[in-house]
Amino acid sequence: MIEMKNVSKWYGSFKVLDDCSTKVAKGEVVVVCGPSGSGKSTLIKCINGLEPFQEGAINFDNISVGDSKTNLPKLRSRIGMVFQNFELFPHISVIKNIKLAQQKVLGREEKEAETRGMALLERVGLAEHAQKYPGQLSGGQQQRVAIARGLAMDPVAMLFDEPTSALDPEMINEVLDVMVELAGEGMTMMVVTHEMGFARRVADRVIFMDEGRIEEDCTKDSFFNDTRGERAQSFLSKILQH
Amino acid sequence: MFGEFDYQVVIDSIPFLWKGMQLTFLLTFLAIIGGLFLGTLLALSRLSHIKVLSFLAGSYVNFFRSMPLILVIFWFYFLVPMIVGRPVGGFYSVLVAFTLFEAAYYCEIMRAGIQSVKVGQLQAGQALGLTYSQNMKNIVLPQAFRNMLPILLTQAVILFQDTSLVYVVGLHDFLVNAEIVATRENRLIEMFLTVAVVYFVLCLSFSLSIRKLQRRFSV
Repeated sequence: MIEMKNVSKWYGSFKVLDDCSTKVAKGEVVVVCGPSGSGKSTLIKCINGLEPFQEGAINFDNISVGDSKTNLPKLRSRIGMVFQNFELFPHISVIKNIKLAQQKVLGREEKEAETRGMALLERVGLAEHAQKYPGQLSGGQQQRVAIARGLAMDPVAMLFDEPTSALDPEMINEVLDVMVELAGEGMTMMVVTHEMGFARRVADRVIFMDEGRIEEDCTKDSFFNDTRGERAQSFLSKILQH
Repeated sequence: MFGEFDYQVVIDSIPFLWKGMQLTFLLTFLAIIGGLFLGTLLALSRLSHIKVLSFLAGSYVNFFRSMPLILVIFWFYFLVPMIVGRPVGGFYSVLVAFTLFEAAYYCEIMRAGIQSVKVGQLQAGQALGLTYSQNMKNIVLPQAFRNMLPILLTQAVILFQDTSLVYVVGLHDFLVNAEIVATRENRLIEMFLTVAVVYFVLCLSFSLSIRKLQRRFSV
């Protein structure tokens, strides 16, 4: 479904992505980890074209993301994305956050968008907050709304960019639970996270990145159990200590 | 000195002054709407990746901000009829002048407003499949407008005061009508004092309500 071939990206003279290649099959859950500044976020933002790249190719469902002829808005509407800082729209209510793109992009009727939105809010346990503004919700609740907003577009894949990094510890699980459930339903997911517990539970594969390179790209079992490169080992020992 | 004041002149001229004030209000209102609309388009152009567009918008802003308003008013008073090929009347030429002039200032305010919206908001809109114009209309501009509301309203107060410059092209606004009464009845002090009090009360109460609004928004 997602195919990345020899992708490189520079910010000026600084190389953020260095010859990255990987594939994500339909229904697969891939966790991307690595030290900060290793290019994880940039990598997944390249997949829906939020970040341009200079070399290589990315295909999503056999559509080339980097091609200037590609209808990017249309492509993006099929890929859900969840951000580190939620990025709910603060000037409109929770339910309107979920309805907006359904109506503007998919052309759904008001009523249909409302029904779909309420069903998803119900699912993430926030139906009673539909009329509130994002600022009135906790971080964990906001992130669950953001996931519902993405799902409302009936995406074929979901990208998560450190979805729990900005959350207080006690709110992390409520968000991870939603993601675990989603993975269980067979959603294709690419998740940038440091939550190794999540990776152990639901990941099919783990990608480890360092200095813009994909250093490891293997199944979950071999990532956690087999001998790996020195950098991945030292990274894992640091974050698994506590 | 105040004992010799004839306030009856002021009271008698209220309907005439109100007629002038209506023109002042109408001009202010239309110039705000027009200026804000054009200013927002200019701000979007100025922030555009298309170099020509941002250069043109930048030149526009720099040009109008370097011109005294009274010159722009004169200019359009003579220029607009020449372009249109027939007299358009003082009101329309002045309205065009104010709109174009104010747009330069509103552009800079809206530009700051657009830049005050986090990049993540734009990306969230993009990720949902919104096009550039949908993103601007639904996500970025409403937030930019809210963030800048106090400054936009302050600019509106300035515009309200500046409309008194229409006297140079002979339009009968509030100030001009007051002056007509003042010279006709030879009651200059009473009339100009009244004008000052009215401007002061209107602008101050408006400014105070902006400050109140600002406090509510900053929470």
